[in-house]
Amino acid sequence: MNNESLWSIFINASLINNFVLATFLGICPFLGVSGKMETATKMGAAVTFVMVISSACAYGIHALLTAIQAPFLELISFIVVIASTVQLVEMFIKKVSPALFNALGIFLPLITTNCAVLAVALFQTSKGYNLPQSLIYSFGGGAGFTLALVLMAGIREQLEFSEVNGLVKGTALVLFVAGILSLSFMGFAGLGG
Amino acid sequence: MNPTDHSNSSDQGFFGKFAGTQATNEFLKGLWRDNPVFVQVLGMCPTLAVSNSAINALSMGLATTFVVTMSNMLISLLRNFIPKQVRIASYVLIIATFVTIIDYAIQAISIDIHKSLGAFIALIVVNCVILGRAEAFASKNPVGYSILDGLGMGLGFTFALFCIGSVREILGSGSLLGFNFMPEAFEKWVIMVLPAGGFFTLAMWLLIFNGYKLKKASHE
Repeated sequence: MNNESLWSIFINASLINNFVLATFLGICPFLGVSGKMETATKMGAAVTFVMVISSACAYGIHALLTAIQAPFLELISFIVVIASTVQLVEMFIKKVSPALFNALGIFLPLITTNCAVLAVALFQTSKGYNLPQSLIYSFGGGAGFTLALVLMAGIREQLEFSEVNGLVKGTALVLFVAGILSLSFMGFAGLGG
Repeated sequence: MNPTDHSNSSDQGFFGKFAGTQATNEFLKGLWRDNPVFVQVLGMCPTLAVSNSAINALSMGLATTFVVTMSNMLISLLRNFIPKQVRIASYVLIIATFVTIIDYAIQAISIDIHKSLGAFIALIVVNCVILGRAEAFASKNPVGYSILDGLGMGLGFTFALFCIGSVREILGSGSLLGFNFMPEAFEKWVIMVLPAGGFFTLAMWLLIFNGYKLKKASHE
């Protein structure tokens, strides 16, 4: 069992070990949908939702698999739960807001293969968090993911107006910006005890 | 019948003159022309996360090669039996099975490597390169070509990871594959082994590739 306080888990997951900028999880959507502020915030919300749901399910699955002594099934069951949650979110968004559904495009079903979501499930198990700790951890991870996405979207919207050399344009430029963001996030180390 | 969408007879890539037959073409395209990291920019998470040393990069690359080859083979064998509606879920399950196998295999071979790669072995499941090949290639092509395609993509991925990993290790720790060869006076660039260094190194490699592509385009 792990005795970390909920507050320090939250700060740790969202800032110090920010999923995108410090542990390199969820880079694909980070590079893919960070072009516009509006889509970035909504993508962040969708990912956070999927994370919290799958974190709760993963907690249950882990308990069950430990009881029947079949830990090798863990990875397979986690990914199935995540895939079905994503399917649920996809149907929900399609029904409620078709415009958002089109804006997110291919990146919506790709939440399934967002490593940040699976990583939450794996890390909370390996750290031995209990249910409230797991939920806070997944929520913090989602908040950190959204924060990174929004920061990047803000910078990229400004970059649209500046003249950039053709050589640097595209992914390389985004990666340079991400590197600088990652440097500044190192400043959070030591926060929250 | 043409077994691939990618084959293009007018292609003048780096391996153009060797790409005489279909089979070599399927194998070589992953290494260079459609390199998963440098050209398709897929599978970024493991690329950046485990490339802080050359040995980590190599073992991650080889593990991914195993998974992508095996899953391509199985998916290609089953491609006429899997219903279209549930294909993604089935692919993910097949991939997860092979990842579980390689996870236990690495634990048996070397506990050290297993420790330093950590959760990223399990995260091979969500490497978009693998699902991408399953969907784009193995689900439409015969077994032989699918295996070659998987091998090529996997080795191309390994090559890219090794490129990034060795630069980061040389500059960040002053060694390559664990051997120290830099002079005493060499000041280590600690930033290169930190997360930010990963972003910068990959960006530099992409710049080099972009420059090469622009130069080639201006020649034509």
